[in-house]
Amino acid sequence: MKHLDEYREAALARALAAELKAAVRGRWTIMEVCGGQTHTILKTGLTALLPDGIELVHGPGCPVCVTPVPLIDAAVELSLRPGITVTSFGDMMRVPGSRRSLLEARAEGGDARVVYSPLDALKLARQQPDREVVFFAVGFETTAPANAMAVWQAARLGVRNFSILVAHVLVPPAIRAIFAGAACSVQALLAPGHVCTVAGYEEYEPIAREFKIPIVVTGFEPADLLEGTLMAVRQLEAGRAEVENQYARAVRREGNPAARRVMDDVFEVCDREWRGVGVIPGSGLCLRREYHDFDAKKRFKTASGEQNSAVLCHAGDILQGRLRPPACPAFGRECTPAHPLGAPMVSSEGACAAYYQYGQ
Amino acid sequence: MAHGSGGRMMDQLIEEVFLPAFGDPVAHERHDGARLDGTIIFCTDAYVVKPLYFPGGSIGELAVYGTANDLAMCGARPRWLSASFILEEGLPLETLRRVVTDMGRAAQTAKVLIVTGDTKVVERGAADGLYITTAGVGFVEFGARVGPALIGPGDAILISGEVGAHGVAVMSVREGLAFETEIVSDTAPLWPAVEKLLRAGAEVHCLRDLTRGGLASALNEIARARGVEIEVQEAAIPVGEAVRGACEFLGLDPLYVANEGRFIAIVKDTDAESALAAMKKFDERAAIIGRVGEEGRARVTMESAIGGRRALDHLSGDLLPRIC
Repeated sequence: MKHLDEYREAALARALAAELKAAVRGRWTIMEVCGGQTHTILKTGLTALLPDGIELVHGPGCPVCVTPVPLIDAAVELSLRPGITVTSFGDMMRVPGSRRSLLEARAEGGDARVVYSPLDALKLARQQPDREVVFFAVGFETTAPANAMAVWQAARLGVRNFSILVAHVLVPPAIRAIFAGAACSVQALLAPGHVCTVAGYEEYEPIAREFKIPIVVTGFEPADLLEGTLMAVRQLEAGRAEVENQYARAVRREGNPAARRVMDDVFEVCDREWRGVGVIPGSGLCLRREYHDFDAKKRFKTASGEQNSAVLCHAGDILQGRLRPPACPAFGRECTPAHPLGAPMVSSEGACAAYYQYGQ
Repeated sequence: MAHGSGGRMMDQLIEEVFLPAFGDPVAHERHDGARLDGTIIFCTDAYVVKPLYFPGGSIGELAVYGTANDLAMCGARPRWLSASFILEEGLPLETLRRVVTDMGRAAQTAKVLIVTGDTKVVERGAADGLYITTAGVGFVEFGARVGPALIGPGDAILISGEVGAHGVAVMSVREGLAFETEIVSDTAPLWPAVEKLLRAGAEVHCLRDLTRGGLASALNEIARARGVEIEVQEAAIPVGEAVRGACEFLGLDPLYVANEGRFIAIVKDTDAESALAAMKKFDERAAIIGRVGEEGRARVTMESAIGGRRALDHLSGDLLPRIC
């Protein structure tokens, strides 16, 4: 496959690993933000190629993992109400709320469906005008433009039976919160390539300066991650703390202006609760006033729900890189993908699921 | 739903619910079919695929090939099938006619006779159009004796062709996804390839068709049944370009995607090349993908394309597309 295979070559990976070995002198802890990157690392057994002295820890970049329980409960509750269809990406279906997941709600007669795009949810709303269609809009900056576009189109087309339940989160405020935390041992950051494809990386520059950490915008294939790590290590060894772009084939400093425009038109920044972490100021997106008609929370007045995370689950520490999944006392015992206690064990981008599935 | 997806949960269902209730030693062999009396193999399977038609096949073909293939995986030439139909009230007669015509054609291709059957109609909403159950009888040929119990350390693992096409073909219709290249199901009878393999004289220890749960689940079942480690190489596993692209796009792993016309053969290591030559006569993408490792730790490991090693686990739950 063009554009992918060349970054998965064994020879290239070995060459980068050798360069990395030659570059490392100190001991460094580096965090990759995105769950997709975590999965590549474990799926390809990439850690086996890393020299001694480099430890990769996993960050908060799993969108369904950080979606707060009350919002999942709201989606579940809506799916069980007559006349309402709740749509979402496949990942979201299995994530446990306080009592059940969307899949379990469906087994009980709820109407919860997987869609591949928010525009498919909008299409569904137009096909069944007698039902309300709610799209559960989760994700980082990566999914925000398409979700914004669905609302923008619904407004232009006058589709009155479509709304979204917004759970959008933003990466830079979360990173800032992690670095400002007392227990943070992370010395460099591999920034999420696809988030930056949309949002660019200007916002990361003050973070690198303030916390004196190198940040490298990094892609998702094995060679990307090795090269991103190498660039971070070179900065660390040289005492630099800048933002660099490893993923230049997809990311520009200013991001994607068209995508940012539609995001800005539909959404505004708001405070947001992160599951297992708490409220992070300015870390979420909400619908602007002009689009309040499309806000499912306002339209259906959902119960606010209760926080009821399993006591055994350490998802918050996992998501902030303070605990490695296998070190969690519940990992692989009380908590498995079939019986997850927390979201990181469920999602295809969750760190716990990656460790469980690939057996590291 | 995940109890039916061919992964860990289905395994649990069989072990915790069915086996204790039925308890027969033949059932405990956990093979695709039961060896009744010397050379007679008996098996059954139910077909509930949605949609009824998909690129490259239909529920009718699946119902014939699927059961015939279960027989072939026991080293048996498929001979006779039964067919039972559960029809939802209101199913157009034309649809039924098409499906049955497909079954007749598939039976000819697979050289089996459909000799008995039954039909029930249930009220609207109690079934999804049409369900089919077929059972089959066949005879073991070439004195083949195959099953997970017979594999041993060092055995070679071969695959009969590219994986993942059926699951992606069905999903593309079910979800209304269009890809630039149409992906066509691999639905096909397997006995002809098995016969070639057995006739070539290779010492075949185990055969397993890859259905729901894909290659990864089949390997895990075998590893658990025999209590051995199985080691495969990612780079050796053939996956078609279009299937790879579709899976990449949807966030699926082709090693977990369903197949309907692919099998793995586990053969004595010294017979690996002759077995491969026989299988390549049917599909040039047949390949040696790994070997049976040591006894003691029942698991499947895979060497990744970049040289790392990791577990290739059972599928947990249904395959669901990812967010981003």
